[in-house]
Amino acid sequence: MKVLVPVKRVVDYNVKVRVKSDNTGVELANIKMSMNPFDEIAVEEAIRLKEKGIATEVVVVSVGVQQCTETLRTALAMGADRGILVQTDVTTESLAVAKVLAGIVAEEAPGLVILGKQAIDDDANQTGQMLAGLLGWAQGTFASKLDPQGETVNVTREIDGGLETVALKMPAIVTTDLRLNEPRYASLPNIMKAKSKPIANKTPADYGVDMTPRLTTLKVTEPAKRQAGIKVKSVDELVAKLKEMGAVA
Amino acid sequence: MSTLVLAEHDNVDLKDATLATITAATQLGGDVHVLVAGSGCGSVAEAAAKVAGVAKVLVADDAAYGAALPENLAPLIAGLMAGYDAFVAPATSRGKNVAPRVAAALDVAQISEILSVEGPDTFTRPIYAGNAIATVKSSDAKKVITVRGTAFAKAATSGGSASVEAVSGAGSAGTSSFVGAELTKSARPELTAAKIIVSGGRALGSSDKFHEYIDPLADKLGAAVGASRAAVDAGYAPNDYQVGQTGKIVAPELYVAVGISGAIQHLAGMKDSKIIVAINKDEEAPIFQVADVGLVGDLFTLVPELTGKL
Repeated sequence: MKVLVPVKRVVDYNVKVRVKSDNTGVELANIKMSMNPFDEIAVEEAIRLKEKGIATEVVVVSVGVQQCTETLRTALAMGADRGILVQTDVTTESLAVAKVLAGIVAEEAPGLVILGKQAIDDDANQTGQMLAGLLGWAQGTFASKLDPQGETVNVTREIDGGLETVALKMPAIVTTDLRLNEPRYASLPNIMKAKSKPIANKTPADYGVDMTPRLTTLKVTEPAKRQAGIKVKSVDELVAKLKEMGAVA
Repeated sequence: MSTLVLAEHDNVDLKDATLATITAATQLGGDVHVLVAGSGCGSVAEAAAKVAGVAKVLVADDAAYGAALPENLAPLIAGLMAGYDAFVAPATSRGKNVAPRVAAALDVAQISEILSVEGPDTFTRPIYAGNAIATVKSSDAKKVITVRGTAFAKAATSGGSASVEAVSGAGSAGTSSFVGAELTKSARPELTAAKIIVSGGRALGSSDKFHEYIDPLADKLGAAVGASRAAVDAGYAPNDYQVGQTGKIVAPELYVAVGISGAIQHLAGMKDSKIIVAINKDEEAPIFQVADVGLVGDLFTLVPELTGKL
């Protein structure tokens, strides 16, 4: 079984983003970019399936600017077998990306597509579900456990009230939550080896997809700032303050 | 203009997340209809019909919809959308699961977790873990929207007298089935609906200590219990306790953060709380930058003292 893992290049998890002074977006110049953390978890899960002998090949794909090649190399260094870059300079919206991925699925025929549940830049949380909808496949979103058994995969999902498990007929879509696994670091020999792994170059037109965004961002602003309050010295002072604020009776 | 709202429920009770979603739907203008899709969910439909602002309730009562499997629900909703201009779902784990699938079926972009309705096609939504707020305009003829519950007032649960109409869809798509659930059982209020929340962080050090120190304080305050991602990852608390960017977004009257340093991702989930109290031994902890009242010191002595004195 082949496993397809889409990965997104986003502002690094540790960067504190700043809104541009002209309110057109956030500051992206000279900012460290990395693989979306949820996608790292997806890559890790796919590699583990290969190590267990369940997956035969792990194919990673990224839709975006030329520099997404670096993100693909990171995935290849972790252990993926080959990459596909679908290059576009247009803002990538979930629906258009899902359509590109549907085109790749038609060519590659994977048994599983594992995606991050959301990207930490636009926080949309849509692509996996949209891809599942376009393909008419079953979906196991927000997965904390994944257990393929022959023709089906059992997925344990993190939901509002706890956990639930669904059985999905394969081929299927899985999106990862934080506790599915802890992604490995690529070793230096594997980083070197990744340089010679193949990356195919494609464009959205190869899949007949129009990337034109459906949403226009009119402005981006800072959220309302919260002012730091006071520090109290004792529990008695804290209780008195809470009573004064009407927070407790 | 008419809007279809997805009801959040457990086949017995209508959940509060629906009420905030109805408020957001009302702001789009036009009629608001509520879809109750479930199995044996008649009581939910009755409750939805009483909610102020709802013109009609559609009930799809079928075993295939009982567990809210998106493979079965999305085609039902997409079919009903022929008669609506917008589909609005709460940004709960269920809403987030099904809405994009509906959007794909309708070939429209989804607008996730809106914070406000600025116009019939213009909305604000958080990006970068809430560190920036984007105002976006949709060019799609039909809108698919999820709503952040804490950003909208809850519609009144009485005063409405909507008609109730049965609808049906194709039922099971045959691609997925519900195996089972492990739901956290608690006598405490639900995290997203609680007026007071006591949250614990990694500083608690173990699952036993988490319960030994956090639970009595929560019980004294009648509060729900939350946790930081670090505490959940370490196994001190179950996953559904997690407050933050990828966990639950909460905005209670009072949020007490115990032993939580205040990573950006945690702040994203609770910074709209009315009053924030932080107890942490590190006086430089970022949580103090958003706390209304901070107390620096050892939580293992301060928390029991606080529990005793409240």
